[in-house]
Amino acid sequence: MSKKISILIVDDEDSVRDSLFNWFIEDGYHVECAENAKIALSKIELDYFDIILADIKMPGMDGMELLRRIKSLKNESIVIIMTAFATVDTAVQALKDGAFDYITKPFDPDDLSHLIRNASKQILLKQENEILKDRVVTLENVEDIIGNSEAMKKVLRDVESVSQSNSSIIITGESGTGKELIAKAIHSNSSRKYFPLVSVHCGALTESLLESELFGHEKGAFTGAMYNRKGRFEMADNGTIFLDEIATVSPKMQVELLRVLETKAFVRVGGNKEINSDFRVICATNRNLKQMVEEGIFREDLYYRLNVVNIHVPPLRERSGDIPLLTEYFIKKYCTSMNKPSIPIDSSAIKRLEEFDFPGNIRELENMIERAIVIGNGKKITLKDLPLAKNIINTSGESLYEQEKVHILQILNKYDWNISNSAKALKVDRVTLYNKIKKYDLKSSDKNKEK
Amino acid sequence: MKLQKITLISFGYFDHDFLQNIAKKIHDEFFITAQVKEAYFDLSDFYDPARRQYDANQLLHYIEKNYSADDAKTIGLFNVDLFIPIFTYIFGQAFLNGRTGIASAYRLSNERYGIDADAELMQERFAKEIIHELGHTFGLKHCHVSDCIMRSGTYVEDIDQKNSGFCQTCNDNLLI
Repeated sequence: MSKKISILIVDDEDSVRDSLFNWFIEDGYHVECAENAKIALSKIELDYFDIILADIKMPGMDGMELLRRIKSLKNESIVIIMTAFATVDTAVQALKDGAFDYITKPFDPDDLSHLIRNASKQILLKQENEILKDRVVTLENVEDIIGNSEAMKKVLRDVESVSQSNSSIIITGESGTGKELIAKAIHSNSSRKYFPLVSVHCGALTESLLESELFGHEKGAFTGAMYNRKGRFEMADNGTIFLDEIATVSPKMQVELLRVLETKAFVRVGGNKEINSDFRVICATNRNLKQMVEEGIFREDLYYRLNVVNIHVPPLRERSGDIPLLTEYFIKKYCTSMNKPSIPIDSSAIKRLEEFDFPGNIRELENMIERAIVIGNGKKITLKDLPLAKNIINTSGESLYEQEKVHILQILNKYDWNISNSAKALKVDRVTLYNKIKKYDLKSSDKNKEK
Repeated sequence: MKLQKITLISFGYFDHDFLQNIAKKIHDEFFITAQVKEAYFDLSDFYDPARRQYDANQLLHYIEKNYSADDAKTIGLFNVDLFIPIFTYIFGQAFLNGRTGIASAYRLSNERYGIDADAELMQERFAKEIIHELGHTFGLKHCHVSDCIMRSGTYVEDIDQKNSGFCQTCNDNLLI
């Protein structure tokens, strides 16, 4: 239990207040008492009580009126009504007015314990629910979108400013830059956050499958349609639909999509009833849609319908300053999921990662770090745990000088800077290798090995 | 002031050996000698004819005022049906971190529930109830450990399910 549950006892009889007070104190609750409804209301204004136990018959304001006042204050406390004179009518009225339960004095001790246990369970569930909701929002906003670079800061500013609107958005960027994550962040920052975010990967489906996926189908609409099925647009009612790889949609589907986006109404495949759905559209593509429009591959009207706001996610090579942060995040993520203690990464490995081209963007970096944690020695991630070699050759220029330098470094790393073994592999003598190391100013990634 | 003793005062008819055995169990639990005394006062003043039960709140305050001492924890032992205004019945009650408690054997016997008498079980239950109330006087609240003697018990079966001793946490928290 994170916090002591607090109880307010409202009863005009001293003996009842004292008995309940002692009983609950012995059970470890935080307890306060009020001898009438007026005092109770003033206490409620000052403090929040998880549970309020109120007697019905009290001089002045009675327990039922107190219950109504508490509910009108939008107070979330659980109210339990007590009475020595039980009637079905008052019990029903109390429950209608929002009481959690109704208990007749004197109580069976077990009944009271049971009642308070149930109320406590409800309070804890509510608290847990709130914590989880917060965690979901935090997950999309803070933890999963990482970047301190100016380029990423601009993207996050854009996300923040467009979240509250209902405009259609196109997210562009190379494959693996985190376009879906940006879509999630927009959704979870919007007023639609407690409704679904429905993702459809348009590129993974054929035209007919995509049609049935988006609009749903009626039983018997086609071979294999055994049941009625809701489409993604219907599922996204009040929420957001994320259409990934929108550029792959066929011309016929582009027409259908345009119509749905304009009317927010559609008919299931094989059906004849029009279905309305209130959704927001976010699309993503790694292609140049404008160019596709010019080439006549993508409908111009659909393009303008979708492209109300454009957010461009920069490739990782344009924000290499974020690589250390992202690396640290992925190390933490995979160490946690693999039940391993967090391991450091060698500074030269980080430096090399920053120089790397990353054609697969963040997805490639993530896979690289996951692989390094799986195959590494578990103490430190070093350069030899990272599959960077191929790319370095590509990026290091075409001159013989560069090629030789990179090749020697690769061999040295492969043999843990063991000069004899490296020289043997290069088919040169040790002195030649020493000279080459000196010439190219090569340094070991691991300082200990350098010594 | 260092506490010297525990006093059990019998206000109902209890067999001498029965009380001595209970005193021994208490000693084994607290390592403090439990002294057994007998006393008498007119219980009719505490009888509620409407409920046909005895008012435990008033009895507790009466014992506190007339029989308790600063150097002892005093438990009044009764054989009458106890109630407090909010509950249909109670087995006993005590001042939390105080010097007085009361316990009744009335609802602890098997015969009360139409089962054959079991003197040993009855003695066990009463000892547990007294140790539970003494626990309150030594500052312990109800415990959530299922077999700890400080777990709240509202039925006689609950008392049977508990151990006759404290869990480790309660033991550590005893203000002796």
